[in-house]
Amino acid sequence: MNKVTITIDNQQIQVSENSTVLEVARELGIDIPTLCYLKDINEVAACRMCIVEVEGMGTLPTACVLNVWDGMVVKTNTKKVREARKGTLELLLSNHDRECLTCMRNGNCELQTLSDELGISDIGFEGEKTNKPIDMSSPSIVRDVNKCILCGRCVNVCNDIQAVGVLSFRNRGFETTVGTAFEKDIIDVPCIKCGQCIAVCPVAALREKTDIDYVWDALEDETKHVVVQTAPAVRVALGEEFDLEMGTSVTGRMVTSLRRLGFDKVFDTDFAADLTIMEEGYELLSRLENGGTLPMITSCSPGWIKFCEHYYPDFLDNLSTCKSPHQMMGAVVKSYYAQKNNIDPKDIVMVSIMPCIAKKFEAGREELSVNNLQDVDCVLTTRELAKMIKESRIDFVNLPDEDFDEVLGESTGAGVIFGATGGVMEAALRTVAEVVTGDKLEKIEFDQVRGTQGIKEAAIELGDKTVKVAVVHGTGNAKKLLEMIKAGEKEYHFIEIMGCQGGCVTGGGQPHISAKDRMTKNVMAERAKGLYSEDTAKTIRKSHENPMIKKIYEEFLGKPNGHKSHELLHTHYINRGE
Amino acid sequence: MDFKFDLDENKEKIDKLMEIIEEVKSKNISKKASLMPVLHDAQKMFGYLPIEVQSIISEQLNVPLAEIYGVATFYSQFSLVPKGEYEIGVCLGTACYVKGAQAIIDKITADLEVKVGGTSSDSKFSLIATRCIGACGLAPIMTINEDVYGKLKLEEISDILKKYKDK
Repeated sequence: MNKVTITIDNQQIQVSENSTVLEVARELGIDIPTLCYLKDINEVAACRMCIVEVEGMGTLPTACVLNVWDGMVVKTNTKKVREARKGTLELLLSNHDRECLTCMRNGNCELQTLSDELGISDIGFEGEKTNKPIDMSSPSIVRDVNKCILCGRCVNVCNDIQAVGVLSFRNRGFETTVGTAFEKDIIDVPCIKCGQCIAVCPVAALREKTDIDYVWDALEDETKHVVVQTAPAVRVALGEEFDLEMGTSVTGRMVTSLRRLGFDKVFDTDFAADLTIMEEGYELLSRLENGGTLPMITSCSPGWIKFCEHYYPDFLDNLSTCKSPHQMMGAVVKSYYAQKNNIDPKDIVMVSIMPCIAKKFEAGREELSVNNLQDVDCVLTTRELAKMIKESRIDFVNLPDEDFDEVLGESTGAGVIFGATGGVMEAALRTVAEVVTGDKLEKIEFDQVRGTQGIKEAAIELGDKTVKVAVVHGTGNAKKLLEMIKAGEKEYHFIEIMGCQGGCVTGGGQPHISAKDRMTKNVMAERAKGLYSEDTAKTIRKSHENPMIKKIYEEFLGKPNGHKSHELLHTHYINRGE
Repeated sequence: MDFKFDLDENKEKIDKLMEIIEEVKSKNISKKASLMPVLHDAQKMFGYLPIEVQSIISEQLNVPLAEIYGVATFYSQFSLVPKGEYEIGVCLGTACYVKGAQAIIDKITADLEVKVGGTSSDSKFSLIATRCIGACGLAPIMTINEDVYGKLKLEEISDILKKYKDK
């Protein structure tokens, strides 16, 4: 790699010739503004915010796609640059629905922040404005093109990262909008509802369908017994909404805040994750022993499930029949828990706090119900929970820690790592290995399946057998792996697939991350770190050793994969291919 | 106005489209580069690019339908509705615009019940607004297929259209 010398704002630096001006500037602590730019996802120079002056060039080039050369002299903060940026931003704002006070992204909108930073005080261009209907058709996603700034991040994440491709630029000029083919509603196209488009949207053009009011009403209703559960990934991200450092584990404070919000019981989806491991682990063993369909593929991620149903229906038999953990929790709460506590399941409202917006769709799937009652009544994202806490004026950062409620709040280290890519696999291996060999594992960490690499593979010795496993995250990576399996290039026994890159910690319902943080931090790894340290801190780290899991099988379920389990904890899938 | 695309009626053309796609595929060029020539041929063959045709192309080239739709709506040579027997083009270049081209468009829209970019329900007329066609001296100007009408006056429009209606 050759080095070149360049000068930015009078600072000289030697850099690799493959760098862009934007990267070099950030290295030097020079903050060139960006709006459309998103590292590795969207580097298209659409918004023109990162323009700079370069000696010898007549025009103002965009720093995000401008490669350095030897002897280059760049100025990032001249009057010409500042005025051009402001002019462009004013034009952008002139066709933006500027109802900031009532906007879902008020306070964490990249456009709003930039307008403040660039000192926009007046928008001089009063012209025609886009005024299109808001697409509310989906239970998960709201699309509002009146707020869209046409940065293209969602289009690229949907196409390139997720390999779904239901979003595209349509028409041209002033008529340009981002959306679906033939202006269809999002519910009528094969969107998997992973919510990665929402995660990358700098404004509120894409946002979750909020269910906060439903939960407020339930909490207010004295005839209802409102039970809440929280997914593993929520506890290592929620703190970011209250300005805590990325990856800070706030489990205890989260439980306290939920109790103060008025939930009658606070349970942990980690318990249900342990339950999933029992069911899925035994399902895998049974498939291995009885010649069932292999590879078996995990079914925890509803984004991945919908991807499989739409695009790879040939693999539906490969999916584990296990419901996802929070659905299992719902089913257990409305049966076992209700019976034990003499509560009519009809009076229970089951709320799930999830890092995910696909879970909102999942909770409404007809087949995920028992006795005509949906397992889960409502799903809120991590972001929505943060909004409720803020609205309640709870001083989150200074809250004392509290524990989850008994029985369905008890979990192991295996359950908590579900939130990171490779976590379900590792948790399953901890249990399956001990069940097969009958011996205690000497080392329970399976490092081969950890980390943020797109496709991970391992061969695990289980007694006299070798089990070949793979872990992928992001449906784009899933597509690559499935194509290799189809072509006969790869063979596995067991695969973990998560719909979002990084797994649930970077799900579509997690706190928004600024483009700047995405450039400097490995978000997936930072948040996962929080989960792995919770795992290490637990005394019990294997699902089958969870005393409450043992108890529920003794008292209620019988044995894993038994009759009762199948009735309550397993499901089937729908071929949505054409 | 919705136009029904009949798959059976268009069977021969669809077979031909499949052949074209196979041929493009055999050239081993990238998917993105394959899309434009296929869309061009499809537009020529069917006169427009209905969802059925775009879906076939999407499936065969393995390009998302949304992306194809994006291309089809970006370039003005592609159309989502069948072109009428007579294509009316009204110039909206600067000279024509200041000479009242918008009023002419409004008049045609009202007379024929067709909106810009659309086709009348009897498939007789389609209407497009064009950029400058380089005849500013004749502004405002309108074309109907190969015929050119310059220095147009609003009150002439109905008579001109009548000629084509009766043809």
